[in-house]
Amino acid sequence: MGSRASSLLREEDIEEIKKETGFSHSQITRLYSRFHSLDKGENGALSREDFQRIPELAINPLGDRIINAFFPEGEDQVNFRGFMKTLARFRPVEDNEKNKGPPSGEPLNSRMNKLLFAFRLYDLDRDDKISRDELLQVLRMMVGVNISDEQLGSIADRTIQEADTNGDMCISFTEFTKVLEKVDVEQKMSIRFLH
Amino acid sequence: MEGAWDIASVLFQVWLSIVVGLIMLPAMFGVSLGFTDLYIKVLVKTLEWATRRIQRGQNEQPTLPSQSANGIIEKNDGSMEEEIGELRRSHPKSLAGVDFTLCDVFYFWKKGIENIVEDQVTQRFTSEELVSWNLLTRTNNNFCYISVRVTIMWGLGVFIRYCILLPLRITLAAIGLSWLVIGTTLVGFLPNSNVKNSLSDLVHITCYRICARGLSATIRYHNKENRPQKGGICVANHTSPIDIVILANDGCYAMVGQVHGGLMGVIQRSMVRSCPHVWFERSEMKDRNTVANRLKDHIADKTKLPILIFPEGTCINNTSVMMFKKGSFEIGGTIYPVAIKYDPQFGDAFWNSAKYNMVSYILRMMTSWAIVCNVWYLPPMNQQNGEDAVQFANRVKSAIANQGGLVDLSWDGGLKRAKVKESYKEEQQKMYSSMIVGTDCHENSVGPT
Repeated sequence: MGSRASSLLREEDIEEIKKETGFSHSQITRLYSRFHSLDKGENGALSREDFQRIPELAINPLGDRIINAFFPEGEDQVNFRGFMKTLARFRPVEDNEKNKGPPSGEPLNSRMNKLLFAFRLYDLDRDDKISRDELLQVLRMMVGVNISDEQLGSIADRTIQEADTNGDMCISFTEFTKVLEKVDVEQKMSIRFLH
Repeated sequence: MEGAWDIASVLFQVWLSIVVGLIMLPAMFGVSLGFTDLYIKVLVKTLEWATRRIQRGQNEQPTLPSQSANGIIEKNDGSMEEEIGELRRSHPKSLAGVDFTLCDVFYFWKKGIENIVEDQVTQRFTSEELVSWNLLTRTNNNFCYISVRVTIMWGLGVFIRYCILLPLRITLAAIGLSWLVIGTTLVGFLPNSNVKNSLSDLVHITCYRICARGLSATIRYHNKENRPQKGGICVANHTSPIDIVILANDGCYAMVGQVHGGLMGVIQRSMVRSCPHVWFERSEMKDRNTVANRLKDHIADKTKLPILIFPEGTCINNTSVMMFKKGSFEIGGTIYPVAIKYDPQFGDAFWNSAKYNMVSYILRMMTSWAIVCNVWYLPPMNQQNGEDAVQFANRVKSAIANQGGLVDLSWDGGLKRAKVKESYKEEQQKMYSSMIVGTDCHENSVGPT
């Protein structure tokens, strides 16, 4: 239930996660409690079923894609480190200034990394391009049976047309960033974690 | 050797007479000698002292994580339209009437991650987290060693709870239950009459009072003028099997439930001898019409006691009220809503049936400090014209949630074990689709976004 959960997490682990993700000590212990309560099998790792047990996530049209984002390529289990790394992308950008010892290189929750994360939601085969098919797949997940194939196809075509600048009928990451340059990504892809 | 037996039997007799004289007899007559009140007062003072010491200890050692029960994240609960509308505001407007933007996925992403970190439903199936420790090991989340005195207090608490209170409580519960079985069987021999009914009520109430003392229960009843009447249906939020003891301390109800075997079965069969309860066989429970008809027959007879039903269908952790199943609201009787709220400082009443079976649950109850709760009787409600059973159920649910200070959720308590229905996902998809294609007729009326 989480009553002894924090004692299973060692101080060294907490320090490492702090450095890697930028979360504070208390946030890490709270999130570990949550991780532990989701882990019904009590084996220190979450499976896809563990995520599916959250009703509000199960009814999310993109629920499966979101769950997938937690699992590294080809794996079926995610441990606490992996869990935190994915969640870290949703930390607000401003929080980076508050923490001492920022990680070297681009932090996980920078604007660019947030956009990259969203891009990967579309780009399943990781070829750095959103093809018409990939876009259609995501659209289909979001609308269910309520829109016809034709209409959906024309939506996809129009979206690609508007974004595509180099004429390859796909959306590259740069084109993706350009289309969304005015969108407040920092705020919309961030979650305010309480201390 | 014989000397030891003599001493043991003398002690046992003394023990029994104390229990009977000081606890059982007053309980049967509804009189309180004030022991429980005194005990609760002492407890409150002790827990306040412990809280202050723990807070002081935490201030001195800032590396200790402080307990905050306010949730992990701050959510803004805008609707889908509001949130996606905001997202699109800065996006270049599209020419055709169709309105999809690449950033729409952000909304679903964010909602999804928020729900992974903290969701409204799964937290209702585990015990509520306390803001400050109440000196029970079982609620010890992040509290590390603070000081010698707190540890001594805790140790003393363990001794008192396990060595003094537990045997006392077990004795009382055993007496209470055997009294129920014997008393109701005896009353059952009488011919049907008013005398039989009043005797049956007496037997039931005294038994429940003894059981309540067996849990050191302090119950405050509010608005007694709204107490359920005969021929009505009493509806309450469900946290544990103890709810029955709590409610039955102040009135007599007809219970509804499945026929069990074993000890429960014995109790059920004897109870039904003295006054009518509604026990269903497992096969009957599947047929909704059978269930509805039997309940209708029961309430049509105005001499029978009000039925007690828990429409959530399962135990919830007393922080929220979940969906009320509409079955009880279709029968057509007057509904008497009751809100029950336990004070978690003294003991966690929630029965997590996935984690604990009935016996270990009862043991946990008997080794808590006490059970303290408030019961509010709400004014009776009837189904109004043009209101279907589901709307009626929701109205009653909101009234109960409001009174008890609980969160009103429309999620089904059955999600404890079952998966959520696909139709909810389809609703979300439908909502989103209308945002994409439904806007061409709204384009003119919506105005600048």
